[in-house]
Amino acid sequence: MACDSWRSSIAAYADAELSSSEMRAVGDHLRACTSCTSDLLARVQLKRAVKSAGKRYSPSLALRQSVQKGLPSRSNVAWIWNWQTKLAATAAVALILFGSVYGWSSFERKRTFAELADLHVATMASSTPVDVISTDRHTVKPWFQGKIPFTFNLPELGNTPFTLEGGRLSYLDQVPGAQLIFKIGNHRISVFIFQNRQVRPFMLNDSRSRRLTFNVETWTADDLRYFVIGDADANDIHKLSNLLRLAAGS
Amino acid sequence: MPLFDSLYNFARWLTHDREEAEDLVQETYSKALKGFQSFQQGTNFRAWMYRILRNTFLTSRTGLKSGITISLDSEEGESVAPVTPETPESLFFERSNQRMVQEAIEELPLMYREVVLLCDVEEMSYQEIAETLSIPIGTVMSRLARARNALRVGIGKKLQGVKNGL
Repeated sequence: MACDSWRSSIAAYADAELSSSEMRAVGDHLRACTSCTSDLLARVQLKRAVKSAGKRYSPSLALRQSVQKGLPSRSNVAWIWNWQTKLAATAAVALILFGSVYGWSSFERKRTFAELADLHVATMASSTPVDVISTDRHTVKPWFQGKIPFTFNLPELGNTPFTLEGGRLSYLDQVPGAQLIFKIGNHRISVFIFQNRQVRPFMLNDSRSRRLTFNVETWTADDLRYFVIGDADANDIHKLSNLLRLAAGS
Repeated sequence: MPLFDSLYNFARWLTHDREEAEDLVQETYSKALKGFQSFQQGTNFRAWMYRILRNTFLTSRTGLKSGITISLDSEEGESVAPVTPETPESLFFERSNQRMVQEAIEELPLMYREVVLLCDVEEMSYQEIAETLSIPIGTVMSRLARARNALRVGIGKKLQGVKNGL
């Protein structure tokens, strides 16, 4: 009953609708409350199930072609094709296409970040968040050999506030990759590494974002796409990102 | 036309009929072309397109029949029920039955079906959903809570049916 006041916040947390300070408050509570963590996990699972089940129908080619022509099939309305209407229609279609492409890119970016946020939350809620438990990069990195079709470098974390906690296999759109868990203070940060050409390369630019209330930073190096995501401060996310960039370049 | 696929998927979920969904999508693009001047640059294009599609549906014969109604009870301040440890969704994941979830979504009343699809399938923010459905954000949140509770109950009943060998 003591957790009743957290329910609506946890629902909004699962929908990535909280501010970063609210996310931190909920995150602190989740770390101390197994009941609410189970609640969150169930909500995330339901969201993923609906997302998967909801993408059910695809339009026919005939409908696509009909709409692309920009001419609705209406037998009872005469369509006057003078040069002005042609020009206006062309401009409108161009604007809609531009808006669609822009909207799609933005949508795909949000979708990718939302999936990564789901993976991060599910990992934090798991009783076994990592498959290889070690603070030693020379133990964690070799564990991925033969499990993913690429390799990567991990930074030396001595004299930094970060600690490596371990790693696990992860999948984004059925593409295998590495998920590494780092700790700073009481915050945990996930680093995801995938082959760049496999993860919607045209949709993702190097960026820093807070749109999901998680802080996210992403970039490419050596044909690998890195995502650093967590509820830690944006500066800490950036510092860890820079350490990983330096390691990738070494 | 990437939005095209999503709009069609949403139209099928609204109409439950292929031909009606095709007419609805075609009509939506037709209205968008004609009314593009009413689209305010800088506002949400996706929400604008979905709003046209939904409004077109609501004024269609099927939409009118579906009779989307608002409860006389206030939708604001809906409490969010806790999810019990053995939840329908956790059981579902053990069985991984997508069809069961689809049936449970289909059985939701329209006002719940549309809000849960916009949030979880189209991944719209609460603000975008509010713009699309022309309702306050508080109502979006309370409808989502009710929709998900109804979905859990629906999936739970289906799982119970499977358990009982129905």
